[in-house]
Amino acid sequence: MDLNYTKEEQAFRTEVRQWLKETLPNELREKVRLGKRLGKADMELWHSLLNARGWLAPNWPRAYGGCEWNAVQRHIFEEEACLAHAPRSLPFGLSMLAPVLLAFGSEGQRQRFLPRILNGQHWWCQGYSEPSAGSDLAAVKTRAVRDGEHYVVNGQKTWTTLGQHANWIFCLVRTDPDAKKQEGISFLLVDLDTPGVTVRPIVLIDGEPEVNEVFFDNVRVPAENLVGEENKGWTYAKYLLTHERTNIAGVGFSTALLTTLKHVAGRVKSGGRPLAENPHFAARMAQAEIDLMAMATTNLRVVSAAAKGQAPGAESSMLKVKGTVIRQELTSLLRRTMGPDALPFQPDFLDGGSNAAALGPDHAAAAAPSYFNMRKLSIFGGSNEVQRTIITKAILGL
Amino acid sequence: MDFNLTEERTMLRDTLRRFLADKYAHENRRALIAAGEPFDTGIYAGLAELGVLGAMFREDQGGFGGRGFDLMVVFEELGRAGVIEPVLPAVLAGGLIAAIGNGRQRGLADEIIAGTHVAALAQGEAGSRYDLNHVETTAAAEGDAIELNGIKTHVLYGAEAQTLVVSAREAGVAADAAGISLFLVPVNMPGVTVSGHRNMDGIPSATVALDDVRLADTARLGAAGEGLEALEASVARGLTAICAEALGAMEAAKDLTISYLKERKQFGMPIGKFQALQHRMADMLIEVEQARSSVINLAGNLDQPRALRESHASAAKNLIGRAGAQVAEECIQMHGGIGMTDEYALSHFARRLTMIDHLFGDTDYHLERFIALKAG
Ligand SMILES: Cc1cc2nc3c(=O)[nH]c(=O)nc-3n(C[C@H](O)[C@H](O)[C@H](O)COP(=O)(O)OP(=O)(O)OC[C@H]3O[C@@H](n4cnc5c(N)ncnc54)[C@H](O)[C@@H]3O)c2cc1C
Ligand SMILES: Cc1cc2nc3c(=O)[nH]c(=O)nc-3n(C[C@H](O)[C@H](O)[C@H](O)COP(=O)(O)OP(=O)(O)OC[C@H]3O[C@@H](n4cnc5c(N)ncnc54)[C@H](O)[C@@H]3O)c2cc1C
Repeated sequence: MDLNYTKEEQAFRTEVRQWLKETLPNELREKVRLGKRLGKADMELWHSLLNARGWLAPNWPRAYGGCEWNAVQRHIFEEEACLAHAPRSLPFGLSMLAPVLLAFGSEGQRQRFLPRILNGQHWWCQGYSEPSAGSDLAAVKTRAVRDGEHYVVNGQKTWTTLGQHANWIFCLVRTDPDAKKQEGISFLLVDLDTPGVTVRPIVLIDGEPEVNEVFFDNVRVPAENLVGEENKGWTYAKYLLTHERTNIAGVGFSTALLTTLKHVAGRVKSGGRPLAENPHFAARMAQAEIDLMAMATTNLRVVSAAAKGQAPGAESSMLKVKGTVIRQELTSLLRRTMGPDALPFQPDFLDGGSNAAALGPDHAAAAAPSYFNMRKLSIFGGSNEVQRTIITKAILGL
Repeated sequence: MDFNLTEERTMLRDTLRRFLADKYAHENRRALIAAGEPFDTGIYAGLAELGVLGAMFREDQGGFGGRGFDLMVVFEELGRAGVIEPVLPAVLAGGLIAAIGNGRQRGLADEIIAGTHVAALAQGEAGSRYDLNHVETTAAAEGDAIELNGIKTHVLYGAEAQTLVVSAREAGVAADAAGISLFLVPVNMPGVTVSGHRNMDGIPSATVALDDVRLADTARLGAAGEGLEALEASVARGLTAICAEALGAMEAAKDLTISYLKERKQFGMPIGKFQALQHRMADMLIEVEQARSSVINLAGNLDQPRALRESHASAAKNLIGRAGAQVAEECIQMHGGIGMTDEYALSHFARRLTMIDHLFGDTDYHLERFIALKAG
């Protein structure tokens, strides 16, 4: 064992840091730093900057324009990007759909879709959940019926993150209603501009319409958009989920959050001294930091152990549970740090649409909304209860 | 000992609960907030008519209650329904006026009880965090007038009030206990600028700038330089109110979650059949009962000497803060995605519970204060 970064890894870190310094526009950095909401254009800009450097797809093979970075390189990149207040790149095309296409798609589908993920022509969203299929994902009811060279799709998806910006959705659809529920599901790619698709936003607890309902009313989808084999979709869906979870520990985000937390707690005064010097609060911050230091290593241990290009198995459930708990704790501490200044709801400031100064110090406006928003971490991608069940069965053998 | 409510309080609770069940639908509350309305004046008048405001004051103050258990009974119901109308400022500012106002000033309390006047407490400042004694706003004698200068922050219902009760310093430096006075400031005085906003939980709030606001010295509430003691006592009443409100919100969130666990099916059965969730509901029930006991402890000691009253205030606010966070977070989690939506009432209870922790001292603040009070 050697916990030191190699010379090459250190050089990589320097290169990433330098690139971020030169390339990340100030306006975008400030938005991320203050926890403002990013618009469609912000995300597209960030993707195009990464793509121009060839760094948009860390996990993909080089042949398709990816980086083929190993776990340590990905960790370094993520940490540097978060500390530089870079946006998070969108996972839906890059680390959800792409691994499925690479493993199970046709070469034609790879050639058609992968370049468009990179150049920003396609914005993907994830059409898994339905009103009655949440944790019990295999209960999806959205129907796809073969009709000549098309599938006709009817049904509803929900909780579709950023579906309002997307132009494509990958869906789990039921193609065989008579088979056992896991065995009648297919993985279908749908152009959201097709007639019969309706996208309706859902406003969440932080006031932001981050997710959507997507309705399908006799939507005709070319049969060539089926990934892999009909009725084998459940296998692909689960494969995708393990990839979805590889970055789920969110060590980079937590590291950046901790830095912000320490900075703010060092400035905010409580009883005449900085909050960071209050022994009680200092203890809570230290506890979170200790957990995070261990998590960084747990994450690398698990991710490095997986074969090249593959996702870790049930172990990723550990990363999901502990990683999200740590991140939620940090947002909770940041909210508490702001004291009464966490109270005001300032959507105009958060949307960046207003130049009005925020009430309270830096980070106050976003503190409560992001605390509330981060409750999602333990719900989506397989809830933390579902992850514990996976650990119980797959690792503990209970 | 007797843990039963008096007949009057039982009646007040029952009529208030019926009134709110009848008139205070979650959809209306949401529509009101979305429309940018601070609160519903019709509902507020209805609350006054029911005697909700009168119950906040003692008989000798023109009311018919004013004890800890009156506050508790009322605010638990307000919390259960998610009421955003300005009953809390009636306790805080109205309570101060009734407690230490002179004969003329106490006329305002009658209007507050009638629901025709809103007075708001303006005590917070940018540097004060949760310390009532951290007052930098100055009150300087100018001949026989007093001139106020400073900025008051997080003034709940400040933009809806006609009168502000302002803490300002006549002597000493920022954190001194002595030298703080309270003043009645009509919001339409020259030099008073009120900028309103809304808080995360839907409650209206404001920042108040005071620039050379000239007051007659009859505007002083209570004795010069001795305002802190009354302010602290009034905040203890406010803490009783918001702790009880949090209790009501916890009960409501818990009830919504119990119903949902019975109703929502996954894997072919109600999710309430999963032991992973059952045990957490059981833990939640235990914490909510603990929270109720801590509010009872505070309400029952509200009229006791300072040391006893304040240690119960800090104990309750600490426990309520912990239980509130647990209830808010667990109820959202056990609902899954639906728990995070603005449309569903749960997220509003979760927001109120969380933001109550940021009012008049959070869990950590009151833990330390409790330690100090017990040591001292
Ligand atoms: C902000 C946000 C963004 C999302 N984005 C997307 C997206 O882009 N695409 C998409 O397809 N989906 C998305 N989701 C949906 C997400 O994957 C689901 O919310 C999640 O799978 C849980 O399903 P549910 O909400 O229906 O809750 P339910 O499955 O009804 O669960 C409710 C509660 O019961 C628990 N529970 C359920 N079954 C069990 C069990 N067997 N044992 C113990 N406990 C159990 C759950 O853990 C949870 O606490 C998003 C969700 C959120 C909140
Ligand atoms: C100090 C001590 C004093 C005691 N005194 C008495 C006494 O005076 N009289 C008497 O009759 N007995 C007494 N007991 C015995 C006690 O009642 C049993 O230990 C207890 O009922 C648990 O049974 P068990 O030890 O067989 O454990 P098990 O029942 O085998 O349980 C093992 C573990 O599994 C858990 N578990 C079991 N069933 C479930 C379930 N359905 N869901 C979730 N978790 C479950 C348990 O909580 C425990 O953690 C005493 C025990 C102790 C430790």
